[in-house]
Amino acid sequence: MQKLKEFFTGHKKKEMLDDLLHTESAKSIIASLICILGGVLVGFVVLFLIALLTPNIPFSDAFRGLLIILGGPFASGSGNVMMILGDMILEAVPLIMTGLSVAIAFKTGLFNIGAPGQYLMGAMTSLVIALSIDTTSFPAFFVWILAFLGGAVTGALWGAIPGLFKAFLNVNEVIVCIMTNWIAANIVSWVFRENQQFVNVAETKMNFVKPTSKNGVMTWRMGLDKIFEGSNIDCSIFLVILIAIGIYVLINKTTLGYELKACGYNKHAAKYAGMNEKRNIVLSMMIAGALAAAGAALWYLNGKNDFHWDTYQSLPDNGFNGIPVALLASNNPIGVIFSALLLRYIGKGGFNLAGFTSFNEYVSNLIIAMIIYFSCFSKFIRDLMDKKRKARLEKASLAAASVGAGGSGILPEEEEESSNDSSEEENKTSDLGGEEE
Amino acid sequence: MEQEYIIEMLGITKRFPGIVANDNITLQLKRGEIHALLGENGAGKSTLMSVLFGLYQPEEGEIRKNGERVEIRDPNDATALGIGMVHQHFKLVEVFTVLENIILGNESTKYGFLTTKEARARVLALSEKYGLAIDPDAKVEDITVGMQQRTEILKMLYRDNEILIFDEPTAVLTPQEIDELMQIMKNLAAEGKSILFITHKLNEIMAVSDRCSVLRKGKYIGTVNTAETTKEELSRMMVGRDVKFKVDKADAIPGETVLEVNGLSVGAHLHKKDAVKDVSFSVRRGEIVCIAGIDGNGQTELVQAITGLTPVKAGHVLLKGENITHASIRQRNTHGMSHIPEDRHKHGLVLDYTLEENLVLQRYFEPRFENHGFIRFDAVRSYADELIENYDIRSGQGAITTVRSMSGGNQQKAIVARELDREHDLLIAVQPTRGLDVGAIEHIHSQIVASRDAGAAVLLVSLELDEVMNLSDRILVMYEGEIVGEFDPKTVTVEELGLYMAGAKKQEQEV
Repeated sequence: MQKLKEFFTGHKKKEMLDDLLHTESAKSIIASLICILGGVLVGFVVLFLIALLTPNIPFSDAFRGLLIILGGPFASGSGNVMMILGDMILEAVPLIMTGLSVAIAFKTGLFNIGAPGQYLMGAMTSLVIALSIDTTSFPAFFVWILAFLGGAVTGALWGAIPGLFKAFLNVNEVIVCIMTNWIAANIVSWVFRENQQFVNVAETKMNFVKPTSKNGVMTWRMGLDKIFEGSNIDCSIFLVILIAIGIYVLINKTTLGYELKACGYNKHAAKYAGMNEKRNIVLSMMIAGALAAAGAALWYLNGKNDFHWDTYQSLPDNGFNGIPVALLASNNPIGVIFSALLLRYIGKGGFNLAGFTSFNEYVSNLIIAMIIYFSCFSKFIRDLMDKKRKARLEKASLAAASVGAGGSGILPEEEEESSNDSSEEENKTSDLGGEEE
Repeated sequence: MEQEYIIEMLGITKRFPGIVANDNITLQLKRGEIHALLGENGAGKSTLMSVLFGLYQPEEGEIRKNGERVEIRDPNDATALGIGMVHQHFKLVEVFTVLENIILGNESTKYGFLTTKEARARVLALSEKYGLAIDPDAKVEDITVGMQQRTEILKMLYRDNEILIFDEPTAVLTPQEIDELMQIMKNLAAEGKSILFITHKLNEIMAVSDRCSVLRKGKYIGTVNTAETTKEELSRMMVGRDVKFKVDKADAIPGETVLEVNGLSVGAHLHKKDAVKDVSFSVRRGEIVCIAGIDGNGQTELVQAITGLTPVKAGHVLLKGENITHASIRQRNTHGMSHIPEDRHKHGLVLDYTLEENLVLQRYFEPRFENHGFIRFDAVRSYADELIENYDIRSGQGAITTVRSMSGGNQQKAIVARELDREHDLLIAVQPTRGLDVGAIEHIHSQIVASRDAGAAVLLVSLELDEVMNLSDRILVMYEGEIVGEFDPKTVTVEELGLYMAGAKKQEQEV
C-alpha cells in the first residue's frame, strides 16, 4: 500500500515503474510478448517470400495474410465470430491441461514429454466409462464425474511409469516417456478395434469413437452456448482455471510443493534434508500424468468431440503442444492459461489464412511453428533486459558517484564471488521457474 | 634498461552500482617474485584480477607492463601480454587428454591435420624443467585434482606466459599436493616467472611468497615483505582487528555416550574394496572428537553411513542407545542429529531456493512452519531473519536472496546456522571451514565449541591439521578405511599425527 501511495504521489514514479517492469513476472510477460511479436514478424517475412516466389499468389496476399493471423478469430470476415471465439476457448481447455502437466514436471526438474500418451490413456478411459454406463438407470452427472476421475487416475498411473523408472533405476524420463507414448497409442487402437460397440458406425467418417452425447453424457454448457452461439463451448474452461490456480497454490504455497521443487532443483540436498526424493519424483510424474489425462477427459466429455481411435501411427497434438504452452508461460500455471489461449488464437488465424488467401494450410502451420520457436527465446530476452538494466543502473550510479555520493565501500559478495559467470548462474533460476515471487 | 616491475596496477578504481569494489588500489609485481594478494571473501581480490585480465574496465587508474602503459580490453589482450591464470575451478575439457587440453586453442596443424609430436616434446620438456609431473595421454576426468592443476599450469607455460595468476589454488588440494604446488611455484619464480598468488591462507603466504599486498573492503591496506612480518600482523591487516588462532575452550567434560559406532563397514562407490572397514568408536556429550586423515581414506563414506546418505554394509550405528543403522534420514534429523555436510553445493543447499527456504530445509513440516499442508511463510520469514541476525549471514536481499548468488562463506554460515539452531544431541561437521577466511573460521569454531559446551556430542572431520589440533578433545586418525590411532591433542605432535595419516605407523586396535 505504502508503495502504491508513493507511486501515485511521489517523484520516484520513473524509478518505481522501472522496478515494476523488472519483477520476474513482468519480465516474463514482456519477454513472451516480444517473442510472439518476433515470431509474427518472421512469419510475415516467410509469407512475403512465398508470395514473391510463387507466381499464382498475389503480393497483396502477404499483407492480408499477416492481418488475418493477427486477427485470429476476429478476422474471419463472413464467419460467426462468437462461434469461432467459443471454439477457440474450448480448444484451449485440453491445451491448458497439458501445458500445466508439462509445467509442473518442469518445476520439479522433470521433462514430461509423455503428455501425449497420458492424454490418450485418459481419453480412452473416459470414453469407455462414459459410453458403458447406462444413463437411463444412473444419473448422467455421476457418469460424467466417474469418467472424468477415471481418466485422470489412468493418466496418473500412466505417468507413474516413467517416474518409477527414473526414481528407482535412474532411467532418463524422456526415453521412458517416448516409449510409453507409443505403447499408449497402440493400446488405445487395440482396445477400440476389439470393442466395436464404442465405434461410431452411423456416420461416414472412419475409425471414430461415438461422442459421449450418444449416451447422454455432456459437460454442462452453463448457458455459454447461448453467448457463443453455434459453438460447443462448455463450463470446462472455468474448471481448468480453477485447476490452474490450484496447481499454482500447490507449487508455491504448500509443503508438498516445497518438497517437489527441492527435489527438482537438487535431489541430493533433498535427500540430505530427509525428503523422500524417489517418492517425490513418482508423485510429480503422477500429478503431471493426471493433468494431461484430465485435459483429454474434459475435451471428449464435452459430448460433441469425436475421438479418432486409430492412433497407432500418430500422437495427439494437444499432448505435444503442452510443451510450447508451458515454455511460453515460463512454467507459471496462471501464465499457462493465457499462453494456451494465445496459441489457439493464432491457430484460428492460421485456419482462416488457408480459407481466405491463396496460402495453403501448411503455410499457416509454418507460421504457428515460427511463433512457437520464437517462444523459446523468452529466456534470452529476459537476460537481455537484465543486462540492459544493469548497464543503465551502473551508469546512473557512476553519475551519482562523480557528484560525490560515492558508495558504501562494502562489496555485495555475489559481485565478488562469481565475477564473470554470475549472470549465467542467476538465470538458471528463471529458466525453470520464472515467477517464483 | 629493464624495469623492476613487470606489471603495475596503479590507482585502480572499479565501481559497481552502489558500491566501490576497488578503491584506488595499487599493486606492483616485481619480476621473478611470488606476490601474494590477501583479503577476506568479498574484499575485492577477484574484481582486481578481473580488471587485470580484461574482464572489467576500471573507471580510474592505469595498468603498466615494463613501465609502459597498456590497455587490456578483453582476455585476449591479457594473453597477448603474457598474463595467464589458473582459475580456482579448472577450465579443462574432461574427455580430452592432458596433452590435448594443453594445446587446445594453440594447436599446430599440417595439411589440416593435428600434429602433436612437437607439442608433446615441448610439453614434456616444460614438465621436466619445472617439475610438473603429468601423464600427457591420460584423460582429464581420470586424473587427480593435483594433476589437473599441473595441467593448467602447463597450459600457461606452453603459451609462454610470464605473469602467472593463481586464484586460490590450494582450496581443492590435499596437504601433500599443497606442498608440491608450493615447490612448483618456487621453481617457476626461480626461472624468472612472476607469480600473483591469491589466497586467504596465511600459512601458505608465509611459506612461499616474497611480498604480500592486503585488501580490505575494496581498499588497499598495504604491501609488506613476508620475511619481515608475522601471521598475526597479516591477519590484522586483512580483518582489521586481532584474530585469535587458538580457540578458547575449557577442558572437555564428557557425559553419556551419544553416538556409538560398532564394527561399521561401508562399500565404496568406485571400487570393490570397502571404503570403511570394521570401524568402531563412540562420541560422548560435551566432547569434540575429530577424525583426521588425508582426503579419500574413508571419512566421507563413514560420515555418509552415519547420516544415512549411504547404506551400511555391516555393523551398527547407535544414536542415544537407539539403533539407527537403517533408519531414514528424516528420523535421524528429527532425533537429534545435525549434519554440516562436506559438499555444501551438492548436499547442503538448494542453490535455487531463497535463503529463508534453505534455512528451514529440514524443518518445513514442523507445526511451527506448516499449517494443514501450507507453509506458514510469515513464520519462516521471522525465523530466517532471526538466524540471519544471530549468525551474521550477509546477502544482497536478506531472507529472499537466492542462495546461488551468495558468497561461499555466507552459504556456509547459513548451513552452520541451520544445523546449530536445530535441537541436536550430535553434531557432525565435515570440513566446516573449507574455503573460508580467518574471520569466518574463528566465528564457526567458536559456534562449534559453544555447541559442545551446551551438551552436544561433536564429531568433526577435517583435513586441516591446524583445525584438528585446535578444536578437538580427542583425535582419531583414519587411514585406508580403518582407524589407526587415537590421540589426545595435548600430548601428540603434528609430526606424529602425520606419520599415522600417511600410514607409516599404526596403533594396535584398542578402540
